[in-house]
Amino acid sequence: MSEQTLTRPAGPVPALPRGRGIRLGLARIAYETRVYFRVGDQVFFTFLFPVVMLSIFATAFSTAGNVGTDPDGSGGISQGAYFLPGMVAAGILLSGVQNLATDIATEKSDGTLKRLGGSPLPVISYFIGKMGQVFVTSVAQVALLLVVARVAFSIELPTEPEKWLTFGWLYLLGIVTSAVLGIALSALPRSGKSATAVVIPIVLVLQFISGVYLTFTMLPDWLQNIASLFPLKWLAQGMRSVFLPESFAAVEQNGAWELGLVGINLLIWCIVGLVLCRLTFRWIRKDS
Amino acid sequence: MTIPEPGHHESTDAVVSVRNLAKRYGALTAVDGVSFDIYRGETFALLGPNGAGKSTTIEILEGFRDRSSGDVSVLGRDPQKADLAWKAQLGIVLQSSAEAAHVSVREQVEQFAAYYENPRDVDEVLDAVGLAEKAKTRIGKLSGGQRRRVDVALGVIGRPQLLFLDEPTTGFDPEARRHFWELIRSLKADGTTILLTTHYLDEAAQLADRVAVIANGRLVEIGPVDTIGGADARVPVVRWRDAGGLHEERTHTPAAVVSRLFAAGAGEPRDLEVIRPTLEDVYLDLVGTQVTDAATTTESTGAAHV
Repeated sequence: MSEQTLTRPAGPVPALPRGRGIRLGLARIAYETRVYFRVGDQVFFTFLFPVVMLSIFATAFSTAGNVGTDPDGSGGISQGAYFLPGMVAAGILLSGVQNLATDIATEKSDGTLKRLGGSPLPVISYFIGKMGQVFVTSVAQVALLLVVARVAFSIELPTEPEKWLTFGWLYLLGIVTSAVLGIALSALPRSGKSATAVVIPIVLVLQFISGVYLTFTMLPDWLQNIASLFPLKWLAQGMRSVFLPESFAAVEQNGAWELGLVGINLLIWCIVGLVLCRLTFRWIRKDS
Repeated sequence: MTIPEPGHHESTDAVVSVRNLAKRYGALTAVDGVSFDIYRGETFALLGPNGAGKSTTIEILEGFRDRSSGDVSVLGRDPQKADLAWKAQLGIVLQSSAEAAHVSVREQVEQFAAYYENPRDVDEVLDAVGLAEKAKTRIGKLSGGQRRRVDVALGVIGRPQLLFLDEPTTGFDPEARRHFWELIRSLKADGTTILLTTHYLDEAAQLADRVAVIANGRLVEIGPVDTIGGADARVPVVRWRDAGGLHEERTHTPAAVVSRLFAAGAGEPRDLEVIRPTLEDVYLDLVGTQVTDAATTTESTGAAHV
């Protein structure tokens, strides 16, 4: 077969203005956030879940006495206060990983991504929209969690500025890592229908082995070591350093908060996630 | 295969040019040496049975699939290397709708309007596709035909130079289809070049300036709607029944045949019909011949991937 080649005269295709990617990305944050709050199961299982779990823990174990009491039984903190940092960490994980992994996998299989791929929307705008939605919903989620903890369960929140500074960088690093891992994980489900079935067990198991629902040092050493490979263990540990009294550092795995290690582990996962996103994300799989 | 004739058009007017296009999936050849041009302002219909290679061809032109060989130019660009500025000049209505169940019709159309530099007015577009009254309804609550109209709205909102419509009216009731035809005619009047695939031959006859017929990945015919298949395919048929069964005669002088029958027989012939072949008859002849040929000569091109 003879291979004819076409000549290509300069087509009537006007250039697009610069800065569109950012502008459209910001517009998509509003769109994505609006849609997020319209999906009932998303709101319950991602947005409200940590608040619900905190309420259950604080109520169910209210008669179990305080944690970390003095030998005479006085002092210590309530069960709710003890589990609060884990719930904050879990909320960050849910808002990023669970939310984006299921959301993007669904959009991939229902044709949304293909349609966007045929439009002049830049990929970067799509991701600004998703990251922005994660950020907005997660800030609201953490704020709600802290307000419920303080108002409904009278849990003391830290007053020292340096604790809140630690919270600030932990939160930012945590939510960015969680969001990029969510985007990376969205490549795993084969269809939108299987997305929650693939993603939720991963996220749930991580929560159980990372010190969110169970005291981390209760776990056997080998399980603690496995959990230490994943980011949630480190995020939960970091959050405990913010919300628990200093004396609790002694009962950590290595007897200290290890904030340096927390930062390094989260950063490594953030970079791994970014690389995976770059390698796996496509509007569509050509020729599938 | 038929080599397309540029006819009276200048070749620089071609908005889409396809030369010897082939797409293979392993041993399966979905598109096999297809060539055609689509000229500026033209409405061009791609016809063929399911699995003939229509959608594969259109998706290669849209940049969704890579070709195996041959050359393609769309608005002067190679779709495989095209950028966002190129996509901004296209309108794409895919064969299947996307979900976006939780977004209202207006929100979705406004969202897409923002992606283009010079979009059409959102209200005008909603009106044109007949969804003005459903503007505030969530897309998940629409019927299949209404969702399809959302797809069409999103395809035309960016004021595209070139509009791809892949089976756009599937699921439309007859009235909605008429309404849609009006919309396409008004887009054509605005100078939009349109590539349409459809199963409805009356739709192609209504809208298209030229049609191409694809069967088993090959282009079997191309030309203006009223000439494809050649003059012979349009010769009227006289059909009647007598004691010997059903008879058919192709003739340029059907009235003469009818009067001969009347004179020869005992009065009125039974079940008498004079049939002038429609585009559908011509098409079925073309595709039928092709499918029979393919079945007897080769199995390898079989049912093509869509």
